[in-house]
Amino acid sequence: MSTLYYLIQNMLPVATSLLLVALGGMFSEVGGVINIALEGIMLFGAYFAALFVYLVQGSGMNPQVILLLGMLVAAVAGLIYSLLLSFAAVTMKANQTITGTALNMLIPAVVLLFSKMFFMSDGVTTNINFYIRKVPVLGDIPIIGPLFFQRTYLTVMIGFALLIIATLVFYKTRFGLRLRACGEHPHAADSVGINVHKMRYLGTCISGILGGIGGFFYSVGIMDGNVNGHTGVAGFGFLALAVMIFGQWRPGKIFLGALFFAFLRTLAYSISLIPFLYNLGIDQTYYKMLPYVATMIVLAFTSKKSRAPKAEGIPYDKSLR
Amino acid sequence: MQDKNDIINKKSFSLKNINFSSFTSTLLAILLGLIFGFFVMLFAMPANALAGLRLIAFGGFSRLGDVLYYATPILMTGLSVGFAFKMGLFNIGASGQYTMGMFFAMYAGFMWTLPRGVHWIAAILFGMVGGMLWGFIPGFFKAILNVNEVITSIMFNYIGMYLVDMWIRSSSVMYNSTMTRTNYLPQSVQIPALGIKGSNVNFGIVLAILIGILLYIVLQKTTFGYELKATGYNKHAAEYAGMKGKRNIILTMMIAGALSGLGGAFAILAPSGIPGSSITYEPINIIAANGFNGIAVALLGNSHPIGIIFSALFISHLQRGGTLSSLVGYKPEIVDVVIAIIIYFSAFAMIVNAAIGNFIKKRIKKTHTNIIEDLIEEQDLTDASNNNQKEAE
Repeated sequence: MSTLYYLIQNMLPVATSLLLVALGGMFSEVGGVINIALEGIMLFGAYFAALFVYLVQGSGMNPQVILLLGMLVAAVAGLIYSLLLSFAAVTMKANQTITGTALNMLIPAVVLLFSKMFFMSDGVTTNINFYIRKVPVLGDIPIIGPLFFQRTYLTVMIGFALLIIATLVFYKTRFGLRLRACGEHPHAADSVGINVHKMRYLGTCISGILGGIGGFFYSVGIMDGNVNGHTGVAGFGFLALAVMIFGQWRPGKIFLGALFFAFLRTLAYSISLIPFLYNLGIDQTYYKMLPYVATMIVLAFTSKKSRAPKAEGIPYDKSLR
Repeated sequence: MQDKNDIINKKSFSLKNINFSSFTSTLLAILLGLIFGFFVMLFAMPANALAGLRLIAFGGFSRLGDVLYYATPILMTGLSVGFAFKMGLFNIGASGQYTMGMFFAMYAGFMWTLPRGVHWIAAILFGMVGGMLWGFIPGFFKAILNVNEVITSIMFNYIGMYLVDMWIRSSSVMYNSTMTRTNYLPQSVQIPALGIKGSNVNFGIVLAILIGILLYIVLQKTTFGYELKATGYNKHAAEYAGMKGKRNIILTMMIAGALSGLGGAFAILAPSGIPGSSITYEPINIIAANGFNGIAVALLGNSHPIGIIFSALFISHLQRGGTLSSLVGYKPEIVDVVIAIIIYFSAFAMIVNAAIGNFIKKRIKKTHTNIIEDLIEEQDLTDASNNNQKEAE
């Protein structure tokens, strides 16, 4: 039982990060912009938030307050970085995959360049403890307490709140409906007076905000406050894209997908704690490959009847019919 | 009437000659990339920015041998990405294919004992097979299972990297645990040097350029190349014309993989004078950067095999310059920044460029119209400019 608690406690921060980034990708893609740049957006957000934390960590503020402020910094940074994508993809009608790839390549180089020049290392490492041993009151509830409110991070609760907000925005607001229209049939949307370019910008901006926050949560919950240019976010941006496809561009399924992938990853990194799997004597590298292999297997089964937004990746051109 | 037609023909001919297409847009992207890189350097360390820029832009000329040496692998990955592009596929998995090719070549180098003249050729070919296998997978997933090749190849970049690092660490013949890297490859498997004094240039670059030319011929002169390009332009039309889209997707990805695999083989089998860095590999779980640089090379060369040869040399030149920029306090990563910016701008430089081109064409058209006005009466002229507009478009 304690192993199960351990797995779930460690899985949730991973799932939160994946979930937020995948939701970000969803908002961008249902608006019609393919967001390959999620990986870069994550790293950009994480780097600036980590810099912020690095600068204020000596000031004696409450760690959880710093976390919230860092989250805001990450959101703003991600938003700014995503504007580079939307400018190229929406205004300049450039190829979205290529632009995204360029943005992914740019940011690790920038991080390495500045960290090597100013910190003499590959990135920034903060040494502040965001870890929550036990949430008062809630942590004492049997079963649920140890599962969700012990040895956890504030990020998990924020992530869950953001999931609910995102779902409401997606299904229950005028904005959500209009955004989806722009990804499915932009000409029809335009003909009823929706500004397609504006909606696409907004969709990408939301993905920037969520991507930046997700990146910061990755560095907090998984990397222990370290952000570097070498490993970056270890393909989490791309895994999030896979989670998004697995979730068929719908928040609820994306949540399940994020849990599934996070579980596999956590399992892969805690093999030595599970005697049954450890005794099988399989090389641990196989387990590290597991999330990627699982992605492929899942995609192989779900892509045939994929419900991708119809107009995704196609720049909107008013004069085309 | 005859005269009028002649004039129109001449006019449209001269307008067609002004070609504001790929080449100028590439130059524009490069210029913007260098300017942005300069600003980054200015921001990081204002005093040395000019010296840094000079080293990046011109430093490579003093290391011509190294430029060629490092151009070989990115030329191959560039060809790989560019070839897939022609088919409308984005082979972001060049890194994984490169790593696989490298591993297969290394395996052949360590495990096989062959005479000197044959061994390196066999290793290169085996490396090609490795890359081909890793290219087949995204092709298969795309053609049969409708999975986006971008996601597949990214996932297989990671899978390939983990696999190769694991295989190397678990082999006592290849891995030297005190050095935490592989042993040095035996002499017989090293690609022969070209014998130019004081440089590390080897036979690989010659082979790579030949392969580039061969690809050009395949794309321009064969039915297969034609089908690829047709599928790239319009998948449905190609399918309707009876071309086997699925088979072509798999074949394209296999060829692209083979090219990247060759790049990996050329890289690992190439001895260099720089101590410790060549003919050995360090398994540290990092995705091969040469694959991603291949994307830059392909985009800069506009996916044209001959263009890619030049752009590989250019990128390699920039990289050497970037290494030299550490002399004035910068880090080699500055070049990666410049390259990323170049790709970013080259994605929409075509559009900016077309706008500039249209502007200039309009100006020329105006002056032309003035001259012709004296020659023909007004009625014909409207026809002419109408025709001409169509031509210009």
